[in-house]
Amino acid sequence: MSEPLLKVVNLKKHFPVRGGLFSRVLASVKAVDGVSFELGKQRTLGLVGESGCGKSTLGRAVLRLHEPTSGEIYLNGEDIIALDRDALKKRRRDMQIIYQDPFASLSPRRLIGQTIQEPLDVHNIGTVAERRKRVEELLEIVGLRKHVLSRYPHEFSGGQRQRIGIARALALNPSFIVADEPVSALDVSVQSQVLNVISRLQSEYGISFLFISHDLAVIQHVSDDVGVMYLGQLVEYSDSAGLYRNPKHPYTRGLMAAIPVPDPKKRTRRILLKGDIPSPMNPPSGCPFHTRCTEAMPQCSQEIPKSVNVGSAEKPHHVSCHLFPADNK
Amino acid sequence: MSDKANKPLLSVRNLIVEFATRYGPVRAVDNISFDIFPNETVGIVGESGCGKTVTGLSLLRLIPSPPGRIVQGEILLGDQDLAQMPEKDLARLRGEEISMIFQEPMTALNPVLTVGSQMIDVLLRHKKISRQEARETAIEMLTRVGIPAPKKRIDEYPHEMSGGMRQRVMIAMALSCNPRLLIADEPTTALDVTTQAQVLEQIVKLQEEFHMAVILVTHDLGVIAETCDRALVMYCGNIVESGTVDQLFANPRHPYTRGLLDSIPRLRDERLDKLPIIPGMVPDLLHLPQGCRFADRCAFAQADCRVAPPTLAIDDDNRSGVACYHPLS
Repeated sequence: MSEPLLKVVNLKKHFPVRGGLFSRVLASVKAVDGVSFELGKQRTLGLVGESGCGKSTLGRAVLRLHEPTSGEIYLNGEDIIALDRDALKKRRRDMQIIYQDPFASLSPRRLIGQTIQEPLDVHNIGTVAERRKRVEELLEIVGLRKHVLSRYPHEFSGGQRQRIGIARALALNPSFIVADEPVSALDVSVQSQVLNVISRLQSEYGISFLFISHDLAVIQHVSDDVGVMYLGQLVEYSDSAGLYRNPKHPYTRGLMAAIPVPDPKKRTRRILLKGDIPSPMNPPSGCPFHTRCTEAMPQCSQEIPKSVNVGSAEKPHHVSCHLFPADNK
Repeated sequence: MSDKANKPLLSVRNLIVEFATRYGPVRAVDNISFDIFPNETVGIVGESGCGKTVTGLSLLRLIPSPPGRIVQGEILLGDQDLAQMPEKDLARLRGEEISMIFQEPMTALNPVLTVGSQMIDVLLRHKKISRQEARETAIEMLTRVGIPAPKKRIDEYPHEMSGGMRQRVMIAMALSCNPRLLIADEPTTALDVTTQAQVLEQIVKLQEEFHMAVILVTHDLGVIAETCDRALVMYCGNIVESGTVDQLFANPRHPYTRGLLDSIPRLRDERLDKLPIIPGMVPDLLHLPQGCRFADRCAFAQADCRVAPPTLAIDDDNRSGVACYHPLS
């Protein structure tokens, strides 16, 4: 495989929980706890998990919007953690983010044109006329008409706002975009429109995405590779076809079984997952999933499972589960 | 399904609900009629702003008024018209004959009272029993909705419970007086998929145990397919199609139903290059087109669709119908 665009090694982000006299640190929430992955050029890694699993924190930590507690991040071989403020600002041209809530992520008091142009102003790119032209280009890419430039966010529907958010993220020609639940707030008919825009960006402009969602069906539509997160850890990580055809981890299987199937003839609901996600402040010992796992064995509550490649060398399929022991490797 | 019961439990006729806005009155629900039969589960499905939630709330006259107002229509429960009934009688009927649960159980429960005291209040209000008996009934109800250690949990406050637990408490409270109809407004939308699966299974089980009818308001066709006998599809304040879920999912007759079904991101065997979409967006309720409200987004629209709005043609069985000049066959 060629040099990856993004390489993340053993990334951790712990949030301190303060309280008591002098705001002492009482405990820490291990939102991201030792995650490693690689993202190839022009590829999309889908990151899926339930609320509180740390997927959004991971997305932000990769961009250093949350300062990571420890770990390594390389973008095009460059060490992102080592960058100082100014250097990081310059690097950010290359790495952008699209947020979930199209209502909260656009300033209500700025015209759409200003919002999309802002990144160009901040990074001082081109003349004023060139910036205008670029903004018009961007609108065309995301499928909006020119006359929207002099309007305010409240005049748009959720789907249109999300397109505006995408246009802004594209302004600086990034090679890498973190998309954090970009379609979760949208209605289904609009959701598929926005997903199609994202798929097109991927193929036409060669942008790599870290695509975060709680919805396995949405992830399948956009992703080349998929990572499943649980309590701050990547429990399964594989190419998309391998994961969907042959999910290995009991958590992945449970997540898939829980998705309501829009076909009344297939009412074969089997609930594989009972109970709720434990608190990340006080995660279970051993495998973090053993409290909800139907296949838990005695060793699961004692030993943390190692990540094992159950696929081939060309198509790796990593899973962290005692059902797949590391011994035979 | 309950084919024997041919007399509807609830009949809604020509219901119109308006909201006053700065720009004039908006018809959130525009002249809808439907029947709910005993022991059946009926889904009301549609995208944001289609009027599905307002329909659910209007049945118990729970829309905020002003600005909302039931302009006309009958809501018949047996021979009583809930639209005309004095508020005092309606208050007795709520919870006893018809109950409702909401999307966000945290805001629907009182945060400063234990769940037990809230449940006991409901019981004491509707039944002539002692406080001790009410407490025992409450514990029994918590057991029936699948809350572990109910004797302990009854004295907890809502914030001590997870989202799924809180929704179970809401359901226990709603069913404690044995209503004939439960209206559930997006009961699982705020929950993770694995929790959603648990709560939906509970609703299906309780529907049978309590011999009640359920109206399930949701935007998720997958939820409809897994839980409902019939469904009403709403668009822009109208019911555009109704029918059994088997018929709706296998042979949708309205192009909107068909478009919704096609555009759901669902788990597929192969990844598609492009998701099917419904082009355009929902029209503004203040500036509705003259003819069919879906015509501008419809691939099958012809000249006559733009002249006058189609009416819902109800089939002989009183359980299905379609509002379209050129229904799909």
